[in-house]
Amino acid sequence: MLTRALGRTPHYVVAGSLAVIFLFPLLWNAWASVSGQPGTAQQSGYGLGNYRTLLEYDAGLWRYLLNSTVVSALTVALTLGVSLLGGYAFARFDFPGKNLLFLLTLAILMVPYATLLIPLYVLLGRLHLQNSLIGLSLVLAMFQLPFATFMMRISFEAVPRELEESALVDGCGTAGALRRVLLPAVRPGLITVGLFAFLAAWNDFIAPLILISDSEKAPLPLAVANLRQQSMGAVDYGATEAGVVVLAVPCLLLFLLLQRHYIRGFMSGALKG
Amino acid sequence: MPVKVAVRATAAHVTSPQPRGGTPPPRWRSRKAKGLAYAAPTAVFVTVFFLLPLLLVGQMSLSDWPLLGGDRGVNAPENYSDITDSTLFWPAIRFTLLYTVIVTVVLLALALLLALLVQESRPGAGFFRTVYFLPGALGLASASLLFWGLYSPTTGPLSRILEGLGLVDDPVSFLGSPTSALWSTVFLIVWKFAGFYMLILLVGLQRIPHEVYEAARMDGASRAQIFRSITLPLLRPSLALCLLLCVTGSLLAFDQFFILTKGGPDNSTVTVVQLIYREAFQRLNLGTAAALSNLVLAALLLLNALQFRGLRRADES
Repeated sequence: MLTRALGRTPHYVVAGSLAVIFLFPLLWNAWASVSGQPGTAQQSGYGLGNYRTLLEYDAGLWRYLLNSTVVSALTVALTLGVSLLGGYAFARFDFPGKNLLFLLTLAILMVPYATLLIPLYVLLGRLHLQNSLIGLSLVLAMFQLPFATFMMRISFEAVPRELEESALVDGCGTAGALRRVLLPAVRPGLITVGLFAFLAAWNDFIAPLILISDSEKAPLPLAVANLRQQSMGAVDYGATEAGVVVLAVPCLLLFLLLQRHYIRGFMSGALKG
Repeated sequence: MPVKVAVRATAAHVTSPQPRGGTPPPRWRSRKAKGLAYAAPTAVFVTVFFLLPLLLVGQMSLSDWPLLGGDRGVNAPENYSDITDSTLFWPAIRFTLLYTVIVTVVLLALALLLALLVQESRPGAGFFRTVYFLPGALGLASASLLFWGLYSPTTGPLSRILEGLGLVDDPVSFLGSPTSALWSTVFLIVWKFAGFYMLILLVGLQRIPHEVYEAARMDGASRAQIFRSITLPLLRPSLALCLLLCVTGSLLAFDQFFILTKGGPDNSTVTVVQLIYREAFQRLNLGTAAALSNLVLAALLLLNALQFRGLRRADES
């Protein structure tokens, strides 16, 4: 027993040291956001001075949090809605152009972000959606579609056909079968897709940087990055660190809460290949 | 990101046999209409926000198109020839390639080490997996802002730690010289993504049957031999997938440099996508930006096609 424990020691030393390196930046940032630094609102001691700066910065933290929440909620709703219906269609129906449409959806992955954002900037202008959170959400949902559609297609394919057929025989329409029988069965897939869409929308930087020109409408990552850039004369590290905490906490919490689903969904997707 | 896991798996669906020929039973026709109806939102999204922009970017790349004011007529092929006039064009390509090579090598090596460390379900393995993955839940922009504070010569802890250890005498400016700015960014990216690639490699490791290892152990193979002649070859599909994701992601690097270095010092860390951004939104020339992004698109398609072939070959072996 003792020799086995000793044999494991190097493993735990390596794994443990790496864990410290991986955790250190996160812990340091949380600590720095409440500790005193010269040139910040939190000059000495510990407190929430940096968060107070953030609350009052430009359009105000609440505004940016609201923007980010609206964009994330819209993106998640659009992604879930479109990929639920699309996944059902691709898994259970045959229709003309099915394979072409599926390939085109996956082809979104092949095109660099920047290549699409330049024309989308012009296109959203023509649709009167430029500089709007709705336009931004539509674009972010489009970028989520390849993964979401693929994930929902596998989820539907994993449900036994008999389940749905018995519902159809019992007089349900396809919509009824989807709502009553299939929806509960594909819930794990929906959770994975939803988590992905949320993390992507909450964290995205380049799309709002290009598509949103009004600082009133900036989502949080853009606002915090601007905060840092505009204060080049007097760099406010403290407020930026507070901003990173506000950005990171929902992501870390959601990931820790849903990590079982996330990793299972991830692995089933990969194993199918 | 994991999405690309998806692409590979779909070949099976796409080539699945479709009922053909003959007249379909009546119920079939109505099911066709229903299928179309369920797929309609996807079709609208793909057409309006993907196909239309692709056509538009083609048109823009051939037109004189200032940021404000729209199309001012044909400007082909000047948009394309203008690209190489930029003094930053070749340096940006060189830098992007250099960055891609360094990130890929360092990231994949560390991700493999992490996957091997946590693959066996010994006590604590779940904890370590979560800890290594945790930075992956953060956004790239948030992580870049975090490291911007971490690297600060005045208030950042890294400089003080190095001073405390007596390794340096003066505060270190991590983003101050071209070389240190590059490596500081690489460190950030490795921290952020190593856990994610670890997850892909873990999936691959779990696909290797236990019997293979047992047989090798029975034959008296050493751990190094097992790693070299069993683990590595059988992990090739997963490694190839990581390679594809990592190379594509690095070639399109933007957020980290935009936030951490702003392309500096002295434009030494300007990437290709940053060049597109500058052309469009600082030099206000959407036409040339569109042309440049078409070039990037073409290069990536070529590269992905090559890597796909490699990936398929790895899958077959």
